[in-house]
Amino acid sequence: MYKKIKWSYLYLLFVFILLYLPIFFLVVYSFNAGDVMQGWDGFSLKHYNELFADTRILEIIVNTFLIALLSSLLATVIGTAGALYIYNQTNALTKNIFLSLNNILLVSPDVIIGASFLILFTVVGFSLGFVSVLLAHIAFSIPIVVLMVLPRLQEMNQSLVIAAKDLGAGNWQMLSRVILPVISPGILAGFFMALTYSLDDFAVTFFVTGNGFSTLSVEIYSRARQGVSLEINALSAMMFLVSLALVFIYYVISTRFAKSKKRGTRLVLPASEGL
Amino acid sequence: MHAWRVMMMMPRSKKQRQLFYLVPYGAWLLLFVIVPLCLLVVQSLMTQNGHFTLNNYAIYFSSGTYLRMTFNSVWFAFLITIITLIISYPTAYFLNQLKQKQFWLLLIILPTWINLLLKTYAFIGLLSKTGSVNTFLNLWGIAPKQLLFSDWSFLLVAAYIEIPFMILPIFNSLAEINPRLEQASRDLGANKWQTLRYVTVPLSMTGVKAGIQAVFIPSLSLFMITRLIGGNRVITLGTAIEEHFLVTQNWHLGSTIGVILIIAMVITMSITRDRVRKHSRKRG
Repeated sequence: MYKKIKWSYLYLLFVFILLYLPIFFLVVYSFNAGDVMQGWDGFSLKHYNELFADTRILEIIVNTFLIALLSSLLATVIGTAGALYIYNQTNALTKNIFLSLNNILLVSPDVIIGASFLILFTVVGFSLGFVSVLLAHIAFSIPIVVLMVLPRLQEMNQSLVIAAKDLGAGNWQMLSRVILPVISPGILAGFFMALTYSLDDFAVTFFVTGNGFSTLSVEIYSRARQGVSLEINALSAMMFLVSLALVFIYYVISTRFAKSKKRGTRLVLPASEGL
Repeated sequence: MHAWRVMMMMPRSKKQRQLFYLVPYGAWLLLFVIVPLCLLVVQSLMTQNGHFTLNNYAIYFSSGTYLRMTFNSVWFAFLITIITLIISYPTAYFLNQLKQKQFWLLLIILPTWINLLLKTYAFIGLLSKTGSVNTFLNLWGIAPKQLLFSDWSFLLVAAYIEIPFMILPIFNSLAEINPRLEQASRDLGANKWQTLRYVTVPLSMTGVKAGIQAVFIPSLSLFMITRLIGGNRVITLGTAIEEHFLVTQNWHLGSTIGVILIIAMVITMSITRDRVRKHSRKRG
């Protein structure tokens, strides 16, 4: 027994090293005094100075977060409405149709989403830029919000709703005083998932971004095609911290609000597409 | 529409409420799910002048280049799936035996929250001709090799990125297995391997299928990694679509390949569909 556990620990250690090595490699080299990701020329913060002096990158960071926040807020509102609609739907067939339609964008490869949105915007005559990227991000974030909110609705105690109705609550009161507070953990989780979807997206943005506008992923892509620049390493160290913070917040939310232990810490992965 | 008829029969307040929810959500479904997909299909069936044609499909199916590309794309996606499965199953299995498993699982998932482009970029530094891997090999007397822009580097990076997406569903399905089943198997005289082979693995197949689905479909459409790491040596369906839409501007043929990708996706999903799900869902 003892020996078996040893081997499994070794294997896990190997996998963890494999998963984290590239990330730490990036972060460590962001402190390199030299200009390439090899050798070691001493510790320096100069790449961070370069990063904070680079107004183009700073503007793109602001854009990226603006898009992420706006799109996840709007997606949360629309997605919650969608979850409520599907939940209230009594006809099983209609419910299933809506659920399947909802999941289309979740399973489609990002290239398909990007290409079809590009056709849509062009056919409608919509100019590509901030708004088209925002609309695309809202669109692909909605289904995950629905999927995060729906289980909360299904777990909701029906007698709460009936009691509210008995006590004379109108539609709006029932929604704002009873339903929304009960499902708020799901809404919050959906919001965070939408946020990470948006921050992480490359492929869809790449298709609908046009010329003038860029997000971080697209910018890193075009810079990486030109070769290594340690400014990107500095950027990645910062992004790593942001991701850690997001994961931490998400973890706290999902554990704190979890009533049943089973569902508590079950995390959902950000889209695996977008490659 | 049926939904509409049901709605007409509902009491007024519920009807209003449902309409209030349906307007934004339905608009999204129509504008960003149904219409774009229809447009993609229509584009694939049109000539440059806007006439109906099946010519794009004829070009696709009669061209050796396109068919070879499709085959290659499927083959690479298959290899990526196999590699990630081989690494992920033992990882998920061992993770499930740890005490603080949720915490360790979080550590596995954490890298997926880091921007994908940055992870890929890290490999450019690691694998380049003067990069760390070559420096390391040099210590052992191995001459520097061209590691970047090869099939191997593409497989490595793609598998690296997909591993967590395979581990999570397998872990979840393993965690849901009632430990008493394994105890019973041991009690009945099965050894450790037999228990694994006849009890644990079959019960975790739902997770394996979900993992394969989560890895195979995105692997078909990878395009950023093929450019940055594969150096255009590997052309996937995703790369071809990107090329037709953004470089050569031949949207019609690009849409045709898109439709092919969608068909490949539907086939994958129907193969890996979980037939026992309806029964096992009751459990919780």
